[in-house]
Amino acid sequence: MTPFAPYLIIALALVLIVVGKRLKDPAPVIVLPLATFIIFFCVWHIAAVAKSYPLNDAQGNFVRMVEVFPTPWSTLQGMLVPVKDGMLLRYAVASVYRVAVGFGIAAAIGIPLGLLAGWYLRTGQALNPLFQFLRPISPIAWIPIAVLWFGVKDEAAIFLIAISSFFPIVVGTMTAVRTIPLVYVRSAQNFGLEGYELFRRVVLPACLPQIITSLRLALGIAWMVIVAAEMIAVDSGLGYLIMDARNANYYDRVVGAMITIGLIGIALDWSMRRLERIDEVRWGFTKQS
Amino acid sequence: MKAEKVVVRGVEKRFERKQDELLALSAVDLSVAEGEFVCLLGPSGCGKSTLLNIIGGFETPTAGTVTIDGQAVTGPDPRRVFVFQEYGIFPWASVWDNVALGLRKLSKDEQARIIQRTIDLVGLKGFEKSFPSELSGGMRQRVAVARALAVKPDIVLMDEPLGALDSLTRMQMRSEILRIWREEKMTILFVTHDIDEALQLADRIVVMSPRPGRIAEIVEVRQEHPRVIGSPEYVRVKHRLYELLGVSHSV
Ligand SMILES: Nc1ncnc2c1ncn2[C@@H]1O[C@H](COP(=O)(O)OP(=O)(O)OP(=O)(O)O)[C@@H](O)[C@H]1O
Ligand SMILES: [Mg+2]
Repeated sequence: MTPFAPYLIIALALVLIVVGKRLKDPAPVIVLPLATFIIFFCVWHIAAVAKSYPLNDAQGNFVRMVEVFPTPWSTLQGMLVPVKDGMLLRYAVASVYRVAVGFGIAAAIGIPLGLLAGWYLRTGQALNPLFQFLRPISPIAWIPIAVLWFGVKDEAAIFLIAISSFFPIVVGTMTAVRTIPLVYVRSAQNFGLEGYELFRRVVLPACLPQIITSLRLALGIAWMVIVAAEMIAVDSGLGYLIMDARNANYYDRVVGAMITIGLIGIALDWSMRRLERIDEVRWGFTKQS
Repeated sequence: MKAEKVVVRGVEKRFERKQDELLALSAVDLSVAEGEFVCLLGPSGCGKSTLLNIIGGFETPTAGTVTIDGQAVTGPDPRRVFVFQEYGIFPWASVWDNVALGLRKLSKDEQARIIQRTIDLVGLKGFEKSFPSELSGGMRQRVAVARALAVKPDIVLMDEPLGALDSLTRMQMRSEILRIWREEKMTILFVTHDIDEALQLADRIVVMSPRPGRIAEIVEVRQEHPRVIGSPEYVRVKHRLYELLGVSHSV
């Protein structure tokens, strides 16, 4: 590749943006981000090349360029081995598994507890200060304790994920219940709904959009925390891959793992956004006229 | 003289505020006959909603009593249904499920029969499966009315039910409400701050004045429906209402 190629590609991408924004609707949704990504990878490439230096042999003959920081292309090549021998998949599955279990535990406890604390004033008064006290403690701060309790095992990482997603879920759910519009509660009372029926037909559906939003937020946090947790608390997973590759000076693998994390993060968020389209909750995500 | 349906005796309502108290209603006496259409008319903040909420059992008066069919009101009851100004219907449920809200104790067949009949009555046939977010403002209001009518209430309490609608839709909804009222023969208490709305709908107009909220006068409208806007009786009552509300008739 000539040194000018990336600049040329950036110019083409800019043209793509100018043209793309005028296209008919669904096209810009694909064309514009595509152009942005192309520019992103080109800038990355230019920066990585600028930082590389020539390696000469004893006679002073040029051998090759040494990259301090991998270019997109060498990142791709560096990932071939972990992809082929299945390590990347194994580690990705390990990370997703820990997040799924930890997040599941947090939701299973957090949603019911949030509903209780939101509905019963006294329960809320009793629990809320504790939540507010524990919530600002970064999940990272729990790592030593997690390792102390569970050892360098899956359970430690799962515990950290559960801790980090629990507070957004419980606080979000509690707030949702507390802010149910009075008209809904009064309508329900007017038609004689009480107890379980009031809960199932009014309280839960009224809160569901906000609960889904807090789940989405919590999953985003959990996916960030898992990387940090795996760097210390376990010996597998994408976070561990970053740490391990760094120690072996495989920076292409470090960056490759980062990209994998980003891609899985998008997929997780996308799956949560699918929930927002369900008929019963869609009203909470669109502007009412 | 028909039987007295709703009797309000010496009702007073004070709201605690940070510094002092607010006297929202003072010495309100009112009785509404069975099958009567009564409008509560008055400027913003004069206590119309508060009075309606007390009659509906959502709030308790600080003094006085409200009885319905001779029984004291102690809380909300499906026999008297409230139609809220906005968003009283559930956005998470279809039109059908919204109307079904008060019919849970009936058999499935009976529910279906009543729901369909009520939806047809308010002119929403074909929208049974729609969600409120897919309906216009006027259609949503019809859902609220349908949900109320489905339980065959003795009394319907409406708090500015047409407030959010454009003037054309309001006119249309008024005649719909009148038609339904004649067919179903229930008692209606209807809050509004629109003089023409009260004039077109009510048998009697309860004019309220603010600070403290109380009844200034009760004006009877002796005119058959459909009412001719601009007839001598209409204009006479309209003048009287303007006078009572202390606003100039000509702008
Ligand atoms: N929950 C409350 N706490 C304190 N003050 C209240 C409360 N509800 C109503 N008020 C006060 O009581 C007075 C009457 O209120 P109300 O809502 O009954 O007025 P309204 O006649 O329905 O007015 P509008 O036409 O604007 O709806 C107002 O001054 C209001 O500030
Ligand atoms: Mg009001």
